[in-house]
Amino acid sequence: MKWARSIAIVFLVLISTACLLADFVAPASYARQFRDVPAAAPSHQHLLGTDDLGRDRFSRVLYGTRVSLLLAPAAALFSTLLAAVVGGIAGFGGGWLQRCVMAATDLFLSLPWLFLLITVRALLPLNVSPQVSVMITFTLLGCLGWAGAARVICADARALSQSDFILLARASGSSGFRLLWRHLMPNLKPVLYAQFWISVPVFILTEANLGILGLGVAEPLPSWGSLLRELESFSTISPQAWQFVPLLLFIATVSSFHLVLTKEELAA
Amino acid sequence: MRKRIANVVLLIFVALLASGALAQSGGELRFCLRSEPKTLNPLLMSDDSSETIRYLTGGVLMRVNRLTQELEPELATSWKVADAGKTITFKLRDNLRFSDGTTFSADDVAYTVQQLMDPALHSPTGDAFRSGEGKVQTQLLSKNRIAITFPAPIAGLDKLFDQVAIMSAKSPQKEMAVLGPYFVAENKAGAYLILKRNSNYWKHDAAGRALPYIDSIRLDIQQNRDIEMLRLVRGEIDFINSVDAEYFDKVMSENPSMGHDAGASLDAEFMWFNQVPGSPLPSYKKTWFTSTNFRRAISEAINREDLSRIAFRGRARPAVGPISPANKFWFNSKLQPHPFDQKSALQRLSLDGFHLQNGVLRDREGHAVEFSVITNSGNKYRERMATMIQQDLTGIGIKLNVVTLDFPSLIERMTRTFDYEGCLLGLVNNELDPNSQMNVWLSSAENHQWNPSQKTPATAWEAEIDKLMRAQASTLNSAKRKEFVDKVQQIAWDQEPFIYLVNKNALSAVSPALHNAHPVVLRPQVYWNIDQLSLGAEVARNR
Repeated sequence: MKWARSIAIVFLVLISTACLLADFVAPASYARQFRDVPAAAPSHQHLLGTDDLGRDRFSRVLYGTRVSLLLAPAAALFSTLLAAVVGGIAGFGGGWLQRCVMAATDLFLSLPWLFLLITVRALLPLNVSPQVSVMITFTLLGCLGWAGAARVICADARALSQSDFILLARASGSSGFRLLWRHLMPNLKPVLYAQFWISVPVFILTEANLGILGLGVAEPLPSWGSLLRELESFSTISPQAWQFVPLLLFIATVSSFHLVLTKEELAA
Repeated sequence: MRKRIANVVLLIFVALLASGALAQSGGELRFCLRSEPKTLNPLLMSDDSSETIRYLTGGVLMRVNRLTQELEPELATSWKVADAGKTITFKLRDNLRFSDGTTFSADDVAYTVQQLMDPALHSPTGDAFRSGEGKVQTQLLSKNRIAITFPAPIAGLDKLFDQVAIMSAKSPQKEMAVLGPYFVAENKAGAYLILKRNSNYWKHDAAGRALPYIDSIRLDIQQNRDIEMLRLVRGEIDFINSVDAEYFDKVMSENPSMGHDAGASLDAEFMWFNQVPGSPLPSYKKTWFTSTNFRRAISEAINREDLSRIAFRGRARPAVGPISPANKFWFNSKLQPHPFDQKSALQRLSLDGFHLQNGVLRDREGHAVEFSVITNSGNKYRERMATMIQQDLTGIGIKLNVVTLDFPSLIERMTRTFDYEGCLLGLVNNELDPNSQMNVWLSSAENHQWNPSQKTPATAWEAEIDKLMRAQASTLNSAKRKEFVDKVQQIAWDQEPFIYLVNKNALSAVSPALHNAHPVVLRPQVYWNIDQLSLGAEVARNR
């Protein structure tokens, strides 16, 4: 499956580059409404046609991909770090500390995620720009998405803290932070990588779910969630193949994130 | 002579055809309800599905003709409102029977009214009749004449009886004995209802044939609109009473003869600004929102034609005010939708000291004009409108932030915390009489959304509206009432506490197999003439 991994990496690099260069590549602003040509077919001016409000779909796909592709990894990194701190300390400390932290984690995992997100989002200030709103959405995702990863990391950290090399380090006089930072954390890297790569598509999907509910990124900023809303019901799906481009891109990207994991990382 | 007879026969045939007498009879009409009816008691019905059952099964004293919007006699042959709107006297039809065979008399009307007004029953239909403290009195003048006296006058009293299905006082079947064209024969909770033809139904067509034509109705509970649409296209159901613009386009692309656009409906989409004095908004924003010039300028900067054309795919009309042009009698026809004119908007704003600076609109104190508009998430049309308004307002240097919230959070902000700036919502209106909007227009009302539950009117124009609404509610003279309501519409147009955006069209999808269907703007759009509907011969035979 090496070739599949290579293709996935190439695809992710290409797509990331394209959306990073969206300002130069996009033929129009993602927000501009060409009201004379709503829901238009592909043309010279609009490569993927226009959406229901007459906005250039190609530009929106580029910018939407940028939003989802940059912020989902950022949120994943944040939640993985949180998980590493919580899980690492709990696993390393063991005993009552581990039991308390894991009980809190279990409680957190039992919360209905989507409803929690909707509630927290409703409490936020209203007068924020779409750019700030998208940051808030992904920060929320990052803040709420650590619990599952923390459980895995805790179990791994517990196993490592009882291993021979940690015993040797303790015998050599290492303790506390040094033991955690120099000996434990480097050995947790594979599981942290795996958790990070697993979290990215999860956050992309969660944002898409929120977007489909109309609670994701604020208009007019596009994201995959808002782009996929075009396909939300039978009535809106037409035989126009170009409508499906965001969906295909979404499937390809989420799949690529899974394919980039190595066997070892998947096992971890 | 032979030729003459042939001509007469032909004439009779054409007349019968025109009256629908030769319409195919029998068969089973099928359509979907979006949810299970919450109750089958006609006095307790408040949800759409229950109201459908009431319309199909209930016999009423008089009915608003959904096409002409005029009141027509049904179980009552005539009526008279007296005592300044406190008393109504009905003369009833003779020799009518409920679906179970029990006879109909004035006793049944008295029983229904007593039930309707029983405080222990909490009838939503009865709420419209609760005009003041005291008991309602019923007086049986004869077997077929009854006078009903309410404790206080009720404007538009006669029209309210359109919603009151008469129940039998004597039938052991209680509310299941009905006077309407159908009765409930089977109710499979959560799955379907079967209504059967009421053989005791009193109406006949011009040829003397007993109505209704269709033998039974199957109502499937179906929440999923996509499945409902597929079933219509496959011929498994006969109509969808109300569809939105996107589904309508889909129907038109499948079969153009299925789509029926009855024009602007009574429903309106609008936005408003928070004018609550105690809201947690900065004082300079409160000054903006309470300024008539500011509201009028925002209104003029919105392109309503585009909203109708793009957000609703041409299936909506620019709105004028609180009463839709679809309301033939009450609409003030002198009013027109506010035109899209950004130049005029900027001129209005300059009257209040607003000015453009590097493309950004600033108030007298230099604050950049930026505000948010909340709307409920999941409503594609409102989200589209908000996004279009966002672009329109950039044309006059205003930054609009669109925020979609789940409905409970939206209501919380609108009614309890008042922590919002602008709101975009819609009003579903079933009633023609402006009395139904009293709870919106009186300044003391809870639904006076821009500044609810005022102890005394905050502005002179709100005081004027209060006066006019109370005046129209306390007079029986229709022309005088119309005059008052016209003035209210004019004030609402001038002041724009609600910035009316569009009136959605009444859209329905009807199978060509269903005959005599003439969809209208009033609910129930398709089956308002249920007793006249018939199915095509082949469909009727196969069901």
